[in-house]
Amino acid sequence: MEGDVSIAGLATSLALVGVAAAISLWQRLGLERRILWAAARALVQLLLVGAALALIIEEGRPLAWSWLWVVAMVAYAGDVARRRAPEVPGVMWLAIAAFSAAAIISLGVLFGFGVLPLEGRTLVPLAGMLVGNSMTATVLVARRLVEELRDKRDEVEARLALGHASQQASTPYLRTALRSAVTPQIETTKATGLVFLPGAMTGLILAGVSPTDAVLVQAVVMFLILGSVTTTAVVMALGLIRRLFTSDHRLRWLPRQAET
Amino acid sequence: MSDEQGLFAFHDVVVERQGIRALNGFSARIEGLGVTGLSGPSGSGKSTLLRLCNRLEVPTSGQVLFRGDDVAGLDPLTLRRQVGMVFQKPTPFPGSVRDNLLAAAPDAGMDELEQALLRASLDGSWLDRDATTLSGGEAQRVCMARTLAMEPEVLLLDEPTSALDQAAVEIFEQAVSELVKAGLAAIWVSHDTVQLRRVADVVLRIDDGRYAGTDRIEHGSPAEEV
Repeated sequence: MEGDVSIAGLATSLALVGVAAAISLWQRLGLERRILWAAARALVQLLLVGAALALIIEEGRPLAWSWLWVVAMVAYAGDVARRRAPEVPGVMWLAIAAFSAAAIISLGVLFGFGVLPLEGRTLVPLAGMLVGNSMTATVLVARRLVEELRDKRDEVEARLALGHASQQASTPYLRTALRSAVTPQIETTKATGLVFLPGAMTGLILAGVSPTDAVLVQAVVMFLILGSVTTTAVVMALGLIRRLFTSDHRLRWLPRQAET
Repeated sequence: MSDEQGLFAFHDVVVERQGIRALNGFSARIEGLGVTGLSGPSGSGKSTLLRLCNRLEVPTSGQVLFRGDDVAGLDPLTLRRQVGMVFQKPTPFPGSVRDNLLAAAPDAGMDELEQALLRASLDGSWLDRDATTLSGGEAQRVCMARTLAMEPEVLLLDEPTSALDQAAVEIFEQAVSELVKAGLAAIWVSHDTVQLRRVADVVLRIDDGRYAGTDRIEHGSPAEEV
């Protein structure tokens, strides 16, 4: 294939990591060890994932292995969300629920309507795009919602004191949090093709696929991501509201995150 | 209302948060005639006691009764519409004064909205004003009008004038006085004993989370300790 990269080519590309490390040394940023470590770690991770993917998605393998991979990916993403937003109560399980909901809806549409064939080689990468691209929005909406309800506690309690149920009392803050989480993806979607060429499309073109076919695949991926970002954000936000209020419509105590 | 049961009754109420006791075995009864003041030093548990009345807070142990019924068994949303609350810090919601009043009474007509404003010493001309650009005193009266728009039976006032200037304090006190004359029961938390002697008919003293006595105020004469 035209896009094949040889071992020598890979080694040559590492020179670019050297450039980054050299700039760090030159400007005394103290980042050179971290740059080298990040590059080495990424390479090892990619090689391991590549080997595992080759085992799982190669023709003839049962599809169950690919689904298992997706489940593991969702579970790991839940753990990443927990580490990124430790101040958000129950964030891991909420994130797992949010990614699962997005996977069921988005993959259900793509495979259920036959947009793409349901195979390991389509399922695993699409689920990866879905989870990876929804992570930022999921964490952002959770953090923002907790922040809004904590900082505007007086206002929230004033609404509760008017006999508003917790869902109603939290609606303005929920909307703010959802808008802030979903807007970046809308902007990215708008700018696609004009400001930057997305990774999936670039990868396909480099691998020798015709630009027209690459664009079609990319469009599907973009819509998958937009739908997933919105779904994960809304599931996370609605789930979080249930965690942050008691069943008798009181706002729970929300400690301020320790300064780091 | 049953005179025997009083408006609110507290039986050995403990409220503990993060290991700190805000109320420590508080027992007392609030008759609910006129204005009942709650006085005590900062951190004595006055605001916590008030928040138990509309279930923004629940006791760790003990019992809070509203007209003889345990508030734990009442629907909190119905209770909060019966027992309105004005907070220490004015909290106007974004939007116009009309939007604020409609948040409390979505089905209210023009007459009801104007009536709520009048009861808070405001008038109908305020309806279209931006609620977030008002002065502290104005915003607090809008918040009171918002609470009154849901026609509560009891008004809880949590240090409502602590952030207001003297002129605004007088207007606010006068508005509450008119409401009480019209039959509304009010419970007013303040650390300012001079103010409570001015506005309250009876003052419950709280100290260190416990009931510390009741003063009946004879307006125009010194307080009588009970």
